[in-house]
Amino acid sequence: MGAEKTVTPKLVVRDLNFYYGAERALKDINLTIPEKMVTAFIGPSGCGKSTMLRTFNRMYQLYPKQKATGEVLLDGENILDKKQDLNTLRAKIGMVFQKPTPFPMSIYDNIAFGAKLYENLSRHDMDERVEWALRKAALWTEAKDKLKQSGTGLSGGQQQRLCIARAIAVKPQILLLDEPTSALDPISTAHIEKLIDELKAEFTIIIVTHNMQQAARVSDYTAYMYLGDLIEFGDTSTVFTNPKRKETEDYITGRFG
Amino acid sequence: MPTFLREVHMKRHNLLDILFRNVTRLSAFAVLMLLVAIIVSLIIGSLPSIKTFGFRFLTSAEWNPVTDEFGALVPIVGTLVTSAIALLIAIPVSFGIALFLTELSPRWLRRPLGIAIELLAGIPSIIYGMWGLFVFAPLFADYVQPWLIEKLGPLPIFGPLFQGIPMGIGVLTAGIILAIMVIPFIASVMRDVFEVVPTLLKESAYGLGATTWEVMWHVVLPYTKIGVAGGIMLGLGRALGETMAVTFVIGNAHKLSASLLMPGNSISSALANEFNEAVGELYTSALVELGLILFLITFIVLSLARYMLYMLTKREGSTT
Amino acid sequence: MLTLYARRRLINAIGLGISALAMLFGLLWLGWILWTLLANGLPQLSMAVLTQMTPPPNSAGGLLNAIAGSLMMTFLAALIGTPIGILAGTYLAEFGQRGWLAPTTRFINDVLLSAPSIVIGLFIYEMYVIKIGHFSGWAGALALSILVIPIVIRTTENMLRLVPNTLREAAAALGAPQWKVINLVTLRAARAGIITGVLLAVARISGETAPLLFTSLNNQFWSSDMNQPMANLPVVIFQFAMSPYQDWQSLAWAGALLITFSVLSLNIMARVLFRQKSTTY
Repeated sequence: MGAEKTVTPKLVVRDLNFYYGAERALKDINLTIPEKMVTAFIGPSGCGKSTMLRTFNRMYQLYPKQKATGEVLLDGENILDKKQDLNTLRAKIGMVFQKPTPFPMSIYDNIAFGAKLYENLSRHDMDERVEWALRKAALWTEAKDKLKQSGTGLSGGQQQRLCIARAIAVKPQILLLDEPTSALDPISTAHIEKLIDELKAEFTIIIVTHNMQQAARVSDYTAYMYLGDLIEFGDTSTVFTNPKRKETEDYITGRFG
Repeated sequence: MPTFLREVHMKRHNLLDILFRNVTRLSAFAVLMLLVAIIVSLIIGSLPSIKTFGFRFLTSAEWNPVTDEFGALVPIVGTLVTSAIALLIAIPVSFGIALFLTELSPRWLRRPLGIAIELLAGIPSIIYGMWGLFVFAPLFADYVQPWLIEKLGPLPIFGPLFQGIPMGIGVLTAGIILAIMVIPFIASVMRDVFEVVPTLLKESAYGLGATTWEVMWHVVLPYTKIGVAGGIMLGLGRALGETMAVTFVIGNAHKLSASLLMPGNSISSALANEFNEAVGELYTSALVELGLILFLITFIVLSLARYMLYMLTKREGSTT
Repeated sequence: MLTLYARRRLINAIGLGISALAMLFGLLWLGWILWTLLANGLPQLSMAVLTQMTPPPNSAGGLLNAIAGSLMMTFLAALIGTPIGILAGTYLAEFGQRGWLAPTTRFINDVLLSAPSIVIGLFIYEMYVIKIGHFSGWAGALALSILVIPIVIRTTENMLRLVPNTLREAAAALGAPQWKVINLVTLRAARAGIITGVLLAVARISGETAPLLFTSLNNQFWSSDMNQPMANLPVVIFQFAMSPYQDWQSLAWAGALLITFSVLSLNIMARVLFRQKSTTY
């Protein structure tokens, strides 16, 4: 899949270690995530794949006692640097969570929330932005008549697409998806997977999933993690059909995990 | 989006972040300052009295505005005795209510009953006072007190507590009214702490064939005893500081008497009755010192209560 | 002689029976007190109560100035206490993970929550009434606001803690600075609960008598000047009920009925509001 495109590195991870207090959750991770492609992180629960995602937008910083060492270079700039402004970083790197997290406000305001933070858009431009984001998230036809209604009134799958729309309305460069379909039914899941495929034309997408078929379906590159170690990283078709490491093969074929 | 715009936004946001955090921190700090201000202002107000009477203030039962001679013993004893009576009645009743609400009540009745008990806590204390004075005290004088005097008065040891004439108002009446007032507080805390007991623990006991009462007595109560004690202390704190209900029915007599049926005084009712009429620096100051003593006693009791309740939640947090 | 099992069953039955009696015992007082209020207060209620001023002894009148005074002081107390309470509660819930200030404030606040209200009155007397030289409506409102603050702090913190962390993360992930996350998302999600807390605080202070005795005192006449002693329902009820005059005692019952039912309806309203809202998110 990814072979035909030219690969530009977007995010370079160097000697990344992560600590929850004294517990080391990521161990000397090194990898390069390519631009405008989908990279999946798979592995059994507790392997560090979500932790990895949360270092990319420094979400861990909300909590005391969590810290990361090493380097994560976004277009060559180390985002783990103390001087890095957290809010602007997060505006560049959007995130969608395991469970839908609509804010207690209208659908329109949910999407405008992020866009308003860093841009002074006119009423007209904002309307356009909201429509653009909702269309991108394949929610426009369902939501266009109830933009003033509360976002909490949507179904689970719609709420998750609302959250995706909200994230892309900020026009980030990277989109982090943390098990975005684990709380959804199969139909909504299919919706979102189709969406991921469309969105990668504009965004670099990093997805964490416990569902291997999903990783195989949507991603160009796959990283397999186990107990804080990066076991294998490579082209998705290679990882799934011809893994280099025995541990990866055991996990993928279901003999383990 | 142009980078310079982001820079401008970033600077403004960071500034507002710091501002907002400090405004909330200042408000939190204000609460601490409030406590300090309360204690300091009460100490300053009671300085004349502290200088004049010293330690004697706590041990003297003399309260004479004419000779400017003041001692806090009567109101202190009155406060402690009425609160003790209140707890003696309220603890078993609250336990029964909490048990009923957590284990016995049909599910659909739990919420209305819970609200009813909370409404009991919501009734203003002045209403308890009026009701106590006009409704409860006369009935108490007519039907209960004569019986107490006749049956318990002649007993050795306890006898002196129940001698005198049936007047309705007095220390015992105040204690009973206080009991009704603190029951909802103690019962709600007990109910809440009973609910933290893991269902698994209770089911294991039921699985061994234990009765509801045995599960309550041998499993739930030992498991939650520190929280139950915290709830009782919380009720005690309320009872000690309660003013209006007591003021109506305690009789407001600066006299120390052995009998619970006789009028007495409590710190808060002495304040409520006398503060505005007090003339002279020393009289006022003695009353402020009473307030200081009350605040310190309740502060200690309530701190203990909170400490116990924290211990329960902390242990909960570490075991689950 | 009972077998062991029969004895255990008997103890169980007695224990549970007593527990049910305790429940009835609690309800009995509630019913009795409410009944007394209705029986004594209802016949005294008339338009005059709501339209006339408090009378001198042995003449007819109403409670208008007392009701108005109570409303004004309660409103101002809530107006002063609520913002401070919400801000401090926000600090405890959102910024309080590190340092000594949050745990200390939390502890002190929990103690102040049940501190004797008469001492608060004494405090305002010492700090304010003495300085300006006379009782006043402002002093009363200040004393009541000190009772409001701890209640609002406690509920604000509790309600903010109920807001799931994922919501905070989601807002932060969009690049929102913390003050926006808190003001536009978390506080908003906790809104219903915080309003409940404010209502409960208003319910609590509208029945308080003790802190007003040394602060606003009373005023027989109409006064909307917050710098003057101000009439209020609880103190009027106290003075009238303790008086030997029949007219005054009747008015006290009418006032008692009014105050109790407004306080209880506020209580019920607060609970109903929170229950409905809490199911939506």
